[in-house]
Amino acid sequence: MIEQRWKRWVFFYIPLTLFIIGTLFPFYWMFVTAIRPDHELYRSWRAANNAPFWTLQPTLAHFQDLLARTTFPRWLWNTFFIAVASTGISLFCGLLAGYALARLRFPMAGALGTSIFVTYLVPPTLLFIPLADIIREFHLGNTPWALILTYPTFLIPFCTWLLMGYFKTIPKELEECARIDGATRLGAMVRIIFPIAIPGILSAGIFAFTLSWNEFIYALIFLSSPERKTVPVGVVSELIRGDIYFWGQLMAGALLGSIPVALVYSFFVEYYVTGLTGSVKG
Amino acid sequence: MTALRQEPLAEEWARQRARRRSSVLARLRSKPVAAFLMCLPLLVLIVGLIIYPFFYSIYLAMLNKRETQVVWLDNFRFLFTMDTFWLVVRTSFLFTFTAVFFKALLGFILALVINTLPTRGQRVWRGVSLVPWVMPLALSTLGWWWIFEPTHSALNWILVELGFAPKSWLADPFWARFSIILVNVWYGTPFFMIMYLAGLKSIPLELFDSASIDGAGPFQQLRFITLPMLKNIIAITMLFSTIVTFANFDIVRVLTRGGPRNETHLFGTFSFRLGIESGDVPLGAAVALVMFPILAVSAFFILRGVRRSVV
Repeated sequence: MIEQRWKRWVFFYIPLTLFIIGTLFPFYWMFVTAIRPDHELYRSWRAANNAPFWTLQPTLAHFQDLLARTTFPRWLWNTFFIAVASTGISLFCGLLAGYALARLRFPMAGALGTSIFVTYLVPPTLLFIPLADIIREFHLGNTPWALILTYPTFLIPFCTWLLMGYFKTIPKELEECARIDGATRLGAMVRIIFPIAIPGILSAGIFAFTLSWNEFIYALIFLSSPERKTVPVGVVSELIRGDIYFWGQLMAGALLGSIPVALVYSFFVEYYVTGLTGSVKG
Repeated sequence: MTALRQEPLAEEWARQRARRRSSVLARLRSKPVAAFLMCLPLLVLIVGLIIYPFFYSIYLAMLNKRETQVVWLDNFRFLFTMDTFWLVVRTSFLFTFTAVFFKALLGFILALVINTLPTRGQRVWRGVSLVPWVMPLALSTLGWWWIFEPTHSALNWILVELGFAPKSWLADPFWARFSIILVNVWYGTPFFMIMYLAGLKSIPLELFDSASIDGAGPFQQLRFITLPMLKNIIAITMLFSTIVTFANFDIVRVLTRGGPRNETHLFGTFSFRLGIESGDVPLGAAVALVMFPILAVSAFFILRGVRRSVV
């Protein structure tokens, strides 16, 4: 019994703990750097009274600087607006198309389903150059609409695919009962099926929100003026000034910019797992 | 009196209106039309922002630098004589295969380990280990960039403390490649772990029970039950990750910007350098299009795998 417990520690808990430390260390390091005063940041780590992996004089100066002296709050708002708008559009389109593909038998349904899956596999790196041209053509460059319209290209296929899978698991009989009781197809869809599908919708929604919050390449290319940028692009391109890096402020920005996603994640972990496994297994 | 006379008239109008409306509604209600209307927003988006840009990028890739004249395949011909381009090809393949291999291996081991824990503990471990995958990659890569900083940061401190020589992580070609692969493995392993864990849950426990009654040890069970049962999900996940890894942009852009001396450029970042930063749009489009065959082959096999697992 004792030997078994010992084995469990060696083979399971110790490797797992090491793995978790490796996983979370970058975030810990960001945090320590963000609350470390500048005079501790730029001196030799062997200096007297130095605690390399902790700080003796934690300070919020970097956060205050970031919020008061940079356009960071503006980026937060931009990212939030763009993420919510593109998630809304994607959910709307995904709900309709997912329902049609799962429930209405119509010619080409199979082919359409397949092509949606294929578009889901198209990476943004393949199309950013022609899209940049198209955005310029429509005079959408440097506006949030450039992103609100292009993010759905990877969000809608994902939402549709996920919701289609979810609708298929809801028994047809529920809808048929409603139809017999006199509901129209639209009524049955909106009042019977959508409420049952709320976990699926939530899964697709928070996933889409996270993906648009984290998106980098389109935001980097389509937006140019500093006050229009999103958080990931703003922190990476605007907070790095000249040759001296303001590590404290940079890490404060990286940390604060991740917090909205971290909050959503901590509340909906299980939905992320559903979204992740549901999207590929189909 | 008047009220009595008006009533049938109003009824008649209502009936007529209802009939007219119902004929429009009836057409809308027919399944193919309704389905088409419901898929319309999706179709518009796919055609307008994916299919059209794709063909447009083929057209762009055949223009000269000033986009005044069609030069057909000259851009590709020029690319194939460029040493940097072949360096990018080599780096991309090296990066993709190494990273996908380690992500799959680590993800598999982790899934096996977590699967043996009691169910309540599993949720916690799973939740924590998925964090790198959920956080904005550009921002967490920024954190890594700071970790790799040679004189004021953690990695070299730890190395020196353990008695190794400090390294200039992102300035040395070998270590720069090592670093981008490390960050990618850090970011992508949770995805594999979650997929494999879901796969492990779908294997009926009776299989393991009957195997252990027949005297199969843990390694035999792994070899003859777990691996064959997970074959499909392993293949799909690896192909899926191949596409995402091959088309990676964020990590290289933030960590090295392709340097030192273009040694860490991937297709995505090289295309960005040429097409956006240097202003040679056609050449950038050509570089991105070279990715297409590899992506298409992966997508083909993923589709085959997904169909098989659905049937």
